[in-house]
Amino acid sequence: MNLQFIVDGLLTGSMVGLGAIGVTLTYSILRFSNFAHGDFMAWGTYATLTAVSAIGAMFGKIAPIGPLSFGWPLIVAVVIGMAFTGLMALLLDKILFARLRAKGQTIIVVMASFGASMALRSLLEFIFTSRPAYFSRSIQIAMPVGYGIRITPDQIVLLLMTALLVLCVHLLMTRTQIGRSMQAVSQNPALARVVGIDVAKVVRVTWLIGGALACVAGVMIGILVQIRPLMGFDMMLPMFAAAILGGIGSVPGAVLGGLIIGLAEAGAVQLIGAEWRAAVSFVILMAVLLVRPIGLFGVRER
Amino acid sequence: MMDIVGYGAFFLTTALIFSLITLGLNLQWGLTGLFNVGLAGFVAIGAYTSALLTTPDTVGRLGGFDMPIVIGWLGAMLVTGLAAALTGVATLRLKSDYLAITTFGVAVVVQLVALNAQKLTGGPFGIGFIPRPFAGLAETPVLFNFSNLAVVAGVTLVTYLALEHLSRSPWGRVLKALREDERAAISLGKSARFYRVQAFAVGGAIMGLAGAVQAHFIGFIAPDNYVPTLTFQVWTMLIVGGSGSNKGAILGSVLVWAIWAGSGALTSAAFPTDQQARAASLQIVAIGVMLCVILLVRPNGILGTSPRRPRWFGRKQPPAVSDQNGAAS
Repeated sequence: MNLQFIVDGLLTGSMVGLGAIGVTLTYSILRFSNFAHGDFMAWGTYATLTAVSAIGAMFGKIAPIGPLSFGWPLIVAVVIGMAFTGLMALLLDKILFARLRAKGQTIIVVMASFGASMALRSLLEFIFTSRPAYFSRSIQIAMPVGYGIRITPDQIVLLLMTALLVLCVHLLMTRTQIGRSMQAVSQNPALARVVGIDVAKVVRVTWLIGGALACVAGVMIGILVQIRPLMGFDMMLPMFAAAILGGIGSVPGAVLGGLIIGLAEAGAVQLIGAEWRAAVSFVILMAVLLVRPIGLFGVRER
Repeated sequence: MMDIVGYGAFFLTTALIFSLITLGLNLQWGLTGLFNVGLAGFVAIGAYTSALLTTPDTVGRLGGFDMPIVIGWLGAMLVTGLAAALTGVATLRLKSDYLAITTFGVAVVVQLVALNAQKLTGGPFGIGFIPRPFAGLAETPVLFNFSNLAVVAGVTLVTYLALEHLSRSPWGRVLKALREDERAAISLGKSARFYRVQAFAVGGAIMGLAGAVQAHFIGFIAPDNYVPTLTFQVWTMLIVGGSGSNKGAILGSVLVWAIWAGSGALTSAAFPTDQQARAASLQIVAIGVMLCVILLVRPNGILGTSPRRPRWFGRKQPPAVSDQNGAAS
């Protein structure tokens, strides 16, 4: 078996894992599975693409950094895209989810997220059409690194960036006041409120982090694969499976779950064939639900 | 004139097939509170099962068993019901969101099988030459349309009456009791999981039947018919009509399908040909916004019963007064 699947799997796993962090945080703090999360991903990517072209229009053509396929405009654009996606998630919460949450009907919120996801996705199709778009059309030469594995400079940078981002989120969750507040709300919202934690602020931060990470994951897909309105929706099942596999509420779990799913998908592509790739997440999901529904790092529902 | 009447029959037939799916969803969600976001997958299972059973023998594909249409429909109900029961057994002991995620996955996998298992499903080109009831009348379109309408209306009526009877029967009362106050129902010795699996399976069987009826009405099926848009349409139909009410399910289906078909005709008239795909996506946006607005403003829909409270976990409200009229009102 060709070992190339390790690199492919780690890359897919990074995208899934970054998305799954948002899913798992929304689930554990707001207590609903957000079917619109994949569409945050797609919206963030298109926002970044728009920002890149705007920068390109303002400053002309800018040479990429070293061997990479992108230059500083993309880095600036990602920051803009992250802010945009976070704010969009906040806005959607304000006009839709928060009101339904106030009525205390958890599953209605899930349904609303399903409706919102459909509307968001189709709106993207309307604005940008369903034709795929790309950040760059240049082709990168993959460097051999031994054992039959090849990797491009873009891929190395993106893997390092994912590791850095995950470390940051982990430190935020465990070492800062707001992170500890988030954990408190996820464990017991009523008690958290009693001890004076600003729950509304925790909710805002949750959406901002989830949205921003979804944007990064989307841009990764955009750089390595392509940009389509459906790109986020197709990631929904792997992201849910990763969040449940890692254990709802656990950030390291979501990332580890994402990596496992990514590696399993890449392995399945080699062994069974690329057309069955999407079934891998489902098989893993069912296995987790049957064997250990609380996931790897999960804690029992209180 | 005859064209309009013919189109009216065609429109009603399609709408009533949707209302069959919505009735199945109403049993799962409206009566039992089970969240199914993969219903397109279950409809597809029914359609493909019936197509395999009834089409003539085909080279390069499993079957074509050339059986009567009724056998195809019964087979569709059986297989889809089994698939739903399996899904239920695997997830109904867990939190409600896990069922939602799993059904979502079922739809993805069914779509994948429909596209890739060429030997079974004909791949992306689907299955053609599905026998149509009253094919002998095809020369006189009006008669053909009306006889189809009569069959579909008959199936819908029988399903409706059966569901009404079920929801009043002891079985239906247990489901309602579980929905309203699970702990009380369990304390009376009712197994929550067992009853929920049954309801989910029966609802799935109805969806499978709807898929089969549609396959035989159109005569051709392909994976594209069973995309998430279908799931989304049916959910909107149920929410608009009012979840919990079988009459509401039928009313909502006809109403939403009228809006859908009407806005479709409008966009195709208003937009140039090359822009139609874009305009069609705007149609979905409008329906999505409509679903969210109804959830916000009038969560009971037109004919619905009392709003559902969270089950299983995180109950934040005091239990409301149980609905006196029953789900069928």
